[in-house]
Amino acid sequence: MKIFTNVGFSVINFLEETGRFFIFTLQTLKSSISKWYFKNIFQQMVSIGYLSLPVVALTSFFTGGALAIQIYYGGNQFNSEVIVSSIVALGITRELGPVLGGIVVAGRVSAAIAAEIGTMKVTEQIDALKTLSTDPFEYLVFPRVIAGIIVLPILVGFADVIGIMGGWFVGVQSLDFNGTVYLQNTEIFLESNDIISGLIKASVFGFIITMMGCYHGFFSEGGAQGVGRSTMNAVVSSSILILGSNYIMTNLLFAS
Amino acid sequence: MIEINNLNKKFHKNEVLKNLNIKIEKGESAVVIGRSGTGKSVLLKCLLGLIKPDSGIIKIGDKNILGKNLQYINNKSVKIGMLFQGGALFDSLNIWRNISFSSLQNKVSEKECKKIAIETLEKVGLNSDIADLYPSELSGGMQKRVSLGRAIFSEPDIIFFDEPTTGLDPITADVINKLILEKVNDLGATALTITHDMSSARTIASKVYMLHEGNIIWGDNVGEMERTKNEYILQFVNGQSDGPIKIQNN
Repeated sequence: MKIFTNVGFSVINFLEETGRFFIFTLQTLKSSISKWYFKNIFQQMVSIGYLSLPVVALTSFFTGGALAIQIYYGGNQFNSEVIVSSIVALGITRELGPVLGGIVVAGRVSAAIAAEIGTMKVTEQIDALKTLSTDPFEYLVFPRVIAGIIVLPILVGFADVIGIMGGWFVGVQSLDFNGTVYLQNTEIFLESNDIISGLIKASVFGFIITMMGCYHGFFSEGGAQGVGRSTMNAVVSSSILILGSNYIMTNLLFAS
Repeated sequence: MIEINNLNKKFHKNEVLKNLNIKIEKGESAVVIGRSGTGKSVLLKCLLGLIKPDSGIIKIGDKNILGKNLQYINNKSVKIGMLFQGGALFDSLNIWRNISFSSLQNKVSEKECKKIAIETLEKVGLNSDIADLYPSELSGGMQKRVSLGRAIFSEPDIIFFDEPTTGLDPITADVINKLILEKVNDLGATALTITHDMSSARTIASKVYMLHEGNIIWGDNVGEMERTKNEYILQFVNGQSDGPIKIQNN
């Protein structure tokens, strides 16, 4: 009997959480037609995008390099110069650039947003905003979300270039490829749709990462422990949602 | 100025406010005292529109503002200021930006905002040198003063104080109490303070109300508090564990 009670509670909790997130999303969207705090949006673009660039660049570079080695040694080495360059380019732009970039940014940004807003919540700073006639959705949530949506594709664009260059570097240095031929093959096989699909994914990931950070931070309670829990939940949920939504978007963009 | 009738609020099965009634006249400095967990903060949050009450009437002036947010209330030509228990200063903004936050959002120039913020700092007994510091660089007492500065910055008609002396040493607490009294009198504002610090209540209050189990059980002028034979007041004011107020919940 206890198992049914537990399952029942879990279902109710899940539905309650889903409903709360839905309302939170609606409030965020509603705030987009009100006052825009451009200074806050710019600050968040710097924080989410510019400051994440080194870690995203390093991740992409090494991923591109590792991918090149795996394809070279794992596949047929005949005509490998064409195969490696094309698969690295397609793999990075379509999947690894946006997904790995998204997960790295989720770890850095989603956690930071949840911790900051969570601390503001438990120290009554969000209540203080309201008493100063400032809507926290307009002032805190929307600038982060719109910054994430704008900046993630730019960040992934850089990640794509650096990832491909990682493959090129390994190909030229370790696999004795001709650098010019490698880049020419990349250009031949890479289509604009491959890049655009990755950037679309990145924009969705930007929305997920910032929304999860804001949502979990906004509903933090219980002091330092509560903020810690929110931070963890923000990173875990945004990472899972990135992978899940990536699968759905890949199906929508490529299966047809 | 502030009238609350039959205010009810419960969280799940826990009834926090039960048909609460209170009337605070314009220019009055009312202090609500009561043990922790009796609903003082909930009362204040209902007044501020931060919590939606289940039922009742909250009138500010002649407008019922039940469940409305502060933006609505402030737009109704009544300005409200609030001093939070922990100060609630914005960590990411320096002191002058904290104080002049509301004006900065209304497109008043930064130069003008900083000038008025520095004047406000002086009003709460702080030096202009701290204007560019951040809240984490100030002591608890200084943060409370800055928070008081932010509360009075827009020269509000009504000011709420949530446990203004919590966490302060007795001397700093007295400084804050006197500052509150002085600023409320200067502005001619209506003030509502919730506290369990009797020293604070004696300094700030013109009228004292006792909140117990979700309702106001006593209310009179501050002088009467010392003369009353009400057992609840006597127990609370003298800090005795024996009496009609039971301590099983805490």
